[in-house]
Amino acid sequence: MPVYPMPPLPSDDKRWKIVNGTMRRHGYERNALIETLHTVQSSFGCLDDNAIRFVARALHVPLSQAFGVATFYNHFSMKPPGKHTCTICIGTACYIKGADRLLAAAEKLLQIKPGKTTQDGNVSLMTARCVGACGRAPVMLVDEELVGLVEPVRMLEQLESWTSHD
Amino acid sequence: MQIAETVNAEHGKFDHEVNVCVALGCLSQHSDQLKDALTKEAAASGKRCRVRQTGCMGLCAAGPLVLVEPSETLYGGVRAEDAKELIDSLGEQPVERLAVHRENYFERQQHIVLENSGYIDPEKIDEYIGRDGYRALVKVLTEMTPAVVIEQISASGLRGRGGGGYPTGLKWSTVAKSTGAQKYVICNADEGDPGAFMDRSVLESDPQRVIEGMAIAAYAVGATKGYIYVRAEYPLAVSRLTVSLREARRRGFLGTNICGTAFAFDIEIRLGAGAFVCGEETALIASIEGLRGQPRPRPPYPAMSGLFGSPTLINNVETFANVPPILRNGADWYSSIGADKSKGTKVFALTGRIANTGLIEVPMGMTLREIVFDIGGGVPNGGKFKAVQTGGPSGGCIPEEHLDLPVTYDALIGVGSMMGSGGMIVMDDTSCMVNVARFFVEFCMTESCGKCIPCRAGTVQMFQLLTKICDGVATHADLDLLVDLCDVIKNTSLCGLGMTAPNPVLSTLRYFKHEYLEHIEQKHCRAGVCACGSRVMAGEEVTA
Repeated sequence: MPVYPMPPLPSDDKRWKIVNGTMRRHGYERNALIETLHTVQSSFGCLDDNAIRFVARALHVPLSQAFGVATFYNHFSMKPPGKHTCTICIGTACYIKGADRLLAAAEKLLQIKPGKTTQDGNVSLMTARCVGACGRAPVMLVDEELVGLVEPVRMLEQLESWTSHD
Repeated sequence: MQIAETVNAEHGKFDHEVNVCVALGCLSQHSDQLKDALTKEAAASGKRCRVRQTGCMGLCAAGPLVLVEPSETLYGGVRAEDAKELIDSLGEQPVERLAVHRENYFERQQHIVLENSGYIDPEKIDEYIGRDGYRALVKVLTEMTPAVVIEQISASGLRGRGGGGYPTGLKWSTVAKSTGAQKYVICNADEGDPGAFMDRSVLESDPQRVIEGMAIAAYAVGATKGYIYVRAEYPLAVSRLTVSLREARRRGFLGTNICGTAFAFDIEIRLGAGAFVCGEETALIASIEGLRGQPRPRPPYPAMSGLFGSPTLINNVETFANVPPILRNGADWYSSIGADKSKGTKVFALTGRIANTGLIEVPMGMTLREIVFDIGGGVPNGGKFKAVQTGGPSGGCIPEEHLDLPVTYDALIGVGSMMGSGGMIVMDDTSCMVNVARFFVEFCMTESCGKCIPCRAGTVQMFQLLTKICDGVATHADLDLLVDLCDVIKNTSLCGLGMTAPNPVLSTLRYFKHEYLEHIEQKHCRAGVCACGSRVMAGEEVTA
């Protein structure tokens, strides 16, 4: 087994050191791929081509496997998120309580499909497959904060406040 | 167990304990701010009381919840501005305006897994030890051989709480008998079933119990390394687990020479990345290895060849949570609870069109009617009960005529559903059963890993046929095709996801065929959900 040199960090952005730290903690083992991609996404907001290539080289996994993993899991996103994110839960309990109507209303207002970001980069509309707060259904995540028993009016107000200014 | 005495002495310093739920449901209603307000008021009042954060108290519908000990008064819907009134009432009459009176909800339950939820601060290991925590581990390591531990678990009749119901003792003994220098224990906390949140609640409310259960399992099967595979969607659970693992190491319950014996075991957290199929054990193993979460054919079972090719024990969160009390109180005690072939209790997440949404733990064998109407308080706003859905996307819908069925693994399978991980979603006449079936099939379609054709292509075809029915453009031939398709997918898929994907369709066809026929023959949806015309749902343009 030849010893490969560690590839240089893509840039001197401090965040790469955090990514490298995760890999080091796992001894640059191949099985650290998912953990490392999690770190990349939490540091940079999404996975881009460059980052995946760097991680693949550092961990000696084939590019096909790295991209395969990055595109397989719902949690990983290859596109930068908007300034704000509205995540509507479409788990069963939320669905029974009208999450589909919430989603349709949000799509109509923002003129985008779930998983996409508005043209001005202000709002990303996401769906989640159950965040586990079924007791408060229907729920949504406003950026990182959980809101339960969502009324469509309340959701639209929130979205409008994001789209109108800032 | 000096720690336990110290903790309980600490406990005795206070006349009142004010517990505030900071699990996800109540936290979303700012129970953290409520806790701060209560702490401030408690300090100002000069009373001998302590305010602390605890885990889930079950009744999410009435959150944010506050439990006052020793009077055991439960308050619901408490706001920060109520803090003064609540603290002032300690030792006096309770604040009637906030008190929660749901005697039925609590009286019918029996808490084993949830015994500490709401009574301890999940981030403080000493509080867990103060309530008999780690007593079982010490007893096992100092007084029992691995074989005796497995014997106890087998005798208790515990079955897998992830939904399959495989006898836990049998699984443990298979791993124990497997030869391998390295063995692993994995806790499956990838609670992918939409509508279920029992595992999240246990991890957020009483994480040490799961760690203790895993350590006992590791001793019994001869493993030295453990992994907890948690969904990335549960950040709060992950952060509490991280703290708990650190605490457990600090107290010497993880690491080397645990409790002064030669036993060594440590646990790492691995994050899932949002794939339902990773709840399937072989897919979960692939994911921990850093690969795409795709299942592989079994045998070999993970018990023989699992993680990195070594013998691996995989159990669900709730299964591990049952282990310490079984060893503390004995197998006979546990097997005296529950029903014939389903021993012990089961935690359910009651949601949907039901008055008391939240988490319950009941002895197995209780009837669905008791759960839905007595504990759950029935359908609110005068709605009419239509069905209860159990088992997530792999389960089925159970109609009113089967409500007197005892909830056991076998009885649920008998009516075309399954126990699943414990989500129970109640539906009333505002739900269209065809639409519900379509919802689950859509879920399986998007979550199919794509490895085997029946599931990858079959779920898409099922979804399209159901969409045609919902849109009122289907014929009887389409319905026949759907039934045939279900049969093929069920019998030819590689893993549980595909094998059970047709279940929601088959069970709604079995009990609600008239709704399908109404959509086909009369182009009519009795719940008014399907417009039987064009509809936009979940991002797809429906073209008739």
